[in-house]
Amino acid sequence: MDFASSERAGAQPKEITSAKIVVAGGFGVGKTTLVGAVSEIEPLTTEAVMTSAGVGVDDASTVPGKETTTVAMDFGRITMADDLILYLFGTPGQTRFWFMWDELIRGAVGAAVLVDTRRISDAFAPLDYFENRHLPYLVALNCFDGAPRYEPEEVREALAIAPHVPLIMCDARHRDSVKQVLVGVVEHAMATLVAEQGRGFATTGS
Amino acid sequence: MGQPQLPHDPRGALVRPYAVTRGRTEPQHNIPIEAVLVASQAAVQEARFAGHDKYRIAVLCEPRPQSLAEIGAYCRLPLGVTRVLVADMVAEGLLSLHSAAPKEGFTERMDLLERVLSGLRKL
Repeated sequence: MDFASSERAGAQPKEITSAKIVVAGGFGVGKTTLVGAVSEIEPLTTEAVMTSAGVGVDDASTVPGKETTTVAMDFGRITMADDLILYLFGTPGQTRFWFMWDELIRGAVGAAVLVDTRRISDAFAPLDYFENRHLPYLVALNCFDGAPRYEPEEVREALAIAPHVPLIMCDARHRDSVKQVLVGVVEHAMATLVAEQGRGFATTGS
Repeated sequence: MGQPQLPHDPRGALVRPYAVTRGRTEPQHNIPIEAVLVASQAAVQEARFAGHDKYRIAVLCEPRPQSLAEIGAYCRLPLGVTRVLVADMVAEGLLSLHSAAPKEGFTERMDLLERVLSGLRKL
């Protein structure tokens, strides 16, 4: 029986690696639109059920009357090769679900913080979050039709975005534009990794 | 690309989420949300006797590798429940767990970034 199990597990000999990029931003900023523009599947929704107060460690069903909350995260997939799949995860928009962000960013390649130029102050909280995490990220300004257009440097100043954080314009509905955002995230992750290596920092991700 | 066809779940949403895991909420390993799982044809046959949810998961992961997040979404199970079931199936040899991105080692991490970058440029 034991050797039969290992044969079954070994039926797919090639090890498949999966990577993820996190798409963050306020509610309704266009995260799912961005994911859908490049995903090979219609964006899917995965749900985590947890108590409104807890951090997902409690099984609420054992405590009658305790409120449960469902946190939904939309995601997409790009199969790059037989042995490489990239997933794009949108963060839950509502700020009270930030504890889910910690799970989402764990092991991620990097993140893009999507900003709607019509509601620029919605970006403060997501940017604060990433400033305090060890994960390479860039800021992507989603230019909706008719949205006020600002010079990137005006936005950088308004949001106090650090000079080392790349800032790019995009249209979350267009595949080529989204592709450039994701290329930007990966290039920034590479540059960050090289810089850390050069400074002799430990290269463990978090 | 078409959505996978899953066996119909006649129970609908009548079963409380953690009933399918017999009340357990702690998985055997903390499987990352993006880690992919694969079932062999033999595993699908064996999973017929492993319960309805495990069978659906095996069927889903046989033609094409699926992440933990995809399994939860297609089977309409919360992530925590999915993680417990999938960890059991890995322990039982019904699914093989593939690796998420390397977290350590400059060369390993850089190689992955280069492969992802080249994949994105080809889109």
